[in-house]
Amino acid sequence: MVQLDQLYQEIILDHYKHPHGRGLRDADDPGDQVAEAHHVNPTCGDEVTVRVATDGAVLHDISYDGMGCSISQASASVLHELLRGRGAGEAFEVHEAFVELMSGRGQVTPDEDVLGDGVAFAGVARYPARVKCALLPWMAFKDAAARAGVGVSPEVKA
Amino acid sequence: MTSIAIPSGMPQYDDVPRLDVARVRADFPILDREINGHPLVYLDSANTSHKPRQVLDVLGEHYARHNANVSRSVHTLGTEATEAYEGARAKIAAFLNASSPDEVVFTKNSTEAINIVAYAFSNASLRPDGDPRFRLGPGDEVVISEMEHHSNIVPWQLLCERTGATLRWFPVTDQGRLDESGLDDLVTERTKIVSLVHMSNILGTVNATSRITARVREVGALLLLDCSQSVPHLPIDVVDLDADYIVFTGHKMCGPTGIGVLWGRGELLAAMPPVFGGGSMIETVTMARSTFAAPPARFEAGTPPIAEAVALGAAVDYLTGIGMPAIQWHEKELTAYALEALGSVRDLRIFGPTVPVGRGGTISFALGDVHPHDVGQVLDSLGVQVRVGHHCAKPVCSRFGVPAMTRASFYLYTTTEEIDALVAGLEQVRKVFD
Repeated sequence: MVQLDQLYQEIILDHYKHPHGRGLRDADDPGDQVAEAHHVNPTCGDEVTVRVATDGAVLHDISYDGMGCSISQASASVLHELLRGRGAGEAFEVHEAFVELMSGRGQVTPDEDVLGDGVAFAGVARYPARVKCALLPWMAFKDAAARAGVGVSPEVKA
Repeated sequence: MTSIAIPSGMPQYDDVPRLDVARVRADFPILDREINGHPLVYLDSANTSHKPRQVLDVLGEHYARHNANVSRSVHTLGTEATEAYEGARAKIAAFLNASSPDEVVFTKNSTEAINIVAYAFSNASLRPDGDPRFRLGPGDEVVISEMEHHSNIVPWQLLCERTGATLRWFPVTDQGRLDESGLDDLVTERTKIVSLVHMSNILGTVNATSRITARVREVGALLLLDCSQSVPHLPIDVVDLDADYIVFTGHKMCGPTGIGVLWGRGELLAAMPPVFGGGSMIETVTMARSTFAAPPARFEAGTPPIAEAVALGAAVDYLTGIGMPAIQWHEKELTAYALEALGSVRDLRIFGPTVPVGRGGTISFALGDVHPHDVGQVLDSLGVQVRVGHHCAKPVCSRFGVPAMTRASFYLYTTTEEIDALVAGLEQVRKVFD
C-alpha cells in the first residue's frame, strides 16, 4: 500500500472529503467579468465547471462544481485555494507549475512555496491514467479565465 | 440450506458439463503475472480476454511458417495462407451453426461490423435500384435500446442523420432488463431494422429476444444482435437465435485484437451493396465502373488481418475443446457466487439483475459514493484489475443516475478465490475513503 499512499495523500483525501469553495457563485463586484468553462474527461465521464470572476487584474473568485473521482475533485478544491484572490500573472505561474508537475511523470520536484497543497499531487504524476483527472479543473480554469479576458498559459503536453 | 432431489431420469446437476479451471488457467501464460506485488486477479474479461498458449502459438506459427497474402497467389505459401484464412472462416461458421462459411464476413471488430451494415443501408438508400429492405428515408425508423454499447448507438445515429430516418429505443427497467412493454408501438411497419445487444457489456443482462424477433418478422423489419459479450460466453446458434445479422469481436473470446465477425443471412449479404471499395472485393474493374464479388469477399476490401483470422480460428477450436456449455455453466456458478459475495459488502449497489438468471458474468456496481476511479485504483494496488468508467454505455449510466460504474467480469479462467480477492479489496477501498 506504500505506492497507493503516494497517490492518495492525506491532503488529497482531505480536500476530497471537505472541499473548499465548492459551488458556482456570482461575482461580488458587479463590475467583474464572469465566465465559466465546462470540461469533461470522455474516458471516465468526470465533469467539472469552473467559473472565474475577475476585473482583469485580480481573480476575485474561482468557483466550481462537478462530479468525479477524488483526484479531480480534490484538484478543483486546491485550485480554488491556491488561485482565488491572486493576481492573474501570479495565478498563471502557479498554473504552469502545476501543469509541469503533472506532466513530469513523477520526475519533477514540486516547490511548496508555489504550489501549496498542490504538492500532494506529485504522486499522481506517476499514474498516467490519473494525470488527466488532476488536470481537469486546471484546464477548465484556463478556458474560463481566457473567456473572462485574462491570460493564457502554455499548452499541456499530456 | 435445503436441497431438493431431482427425480431420477431427469438431468442431474452432476450431469452438467464442467471444466477444470486449474487446467484452463495453465493454458494462459499471463495469469502467472504479479501486479504491484500481488498475484494478478484479472476481472476485466468483458473488456478483453486473455489468450491461451494454443492461440498465441498459432499466431506466431502463421507468421513464422505460412506468411503470404491471401486469395491472389498461386504459390505454395499463398495457398497455405489462403487455406488457413478460409479454414478459420469455416471453423467460425461451424461454431455459430451458420449454414455456410460465406455468411461469415471478417471485420476489424464489432464496431466495424455494425458500421458495415449501417453504411450498406445508406448506400442502398442512395441507389434507385437499392433493395427496399435496406432503403431508409424520412418516416422510416431504426430501433435500438438504452442498454447499448456506444458502438450500437452512434452508427445508427449517423445513419439516421444521413437518411432522415428516425432513431427510437427500448427503455431499460429498474432491474436492468430490457423493457419490452412498448414493443408493439416501438417496432412497427415503419421499422426497417432493430439492432439490439444480446448481452449487455455493463449490466450483464442477457436479453431474451424471441418476442422481439417475432414482432420484427411480423412487421417485415431486420434484426441485428450485438453478440460481442455473448458469443465468447454462451453457446450461440444462429439458427436458434433467428436473427438476420450478428456481430462479435475476436479479442473478447481468447482471440487476437483486430479481428471481428459480421455474420449475416446469405441471401441478405448478397443483396447488400458494398461499403469499402478496393482490392479483393471486386468482380471486374474498368476505368468507368466496377462490379463486385459475392459475399463475404464483397465486404472484405484490401488485405485482411490474416494471421488474426487464423488465430481466431484457433480460439474457436480452443473454446470448442473446453466446451461452450461448460464455460457457460462455470460462469453461471461464478456469477451466483459473486452476486452473493458482493451482496454482503456494506453499501454496495449492484446495477442490473441481482439473480444469476438471464444474465452473464459481468457485474457492475457502486461502492457507497466512492468514485469508481478510486475504487479501481485501490483494487489495482492489490493486483485486482477491474474496469471503471462509463463502459462505453453512457446512456446506461444516466439511466441509473451515476456518472460511472465499477465492473467485474469473468471468464473461463476466473476462480471463486479471485472473487474473494475482489471483496477483500473492496474492504480496503472503504478503509481509504471512509
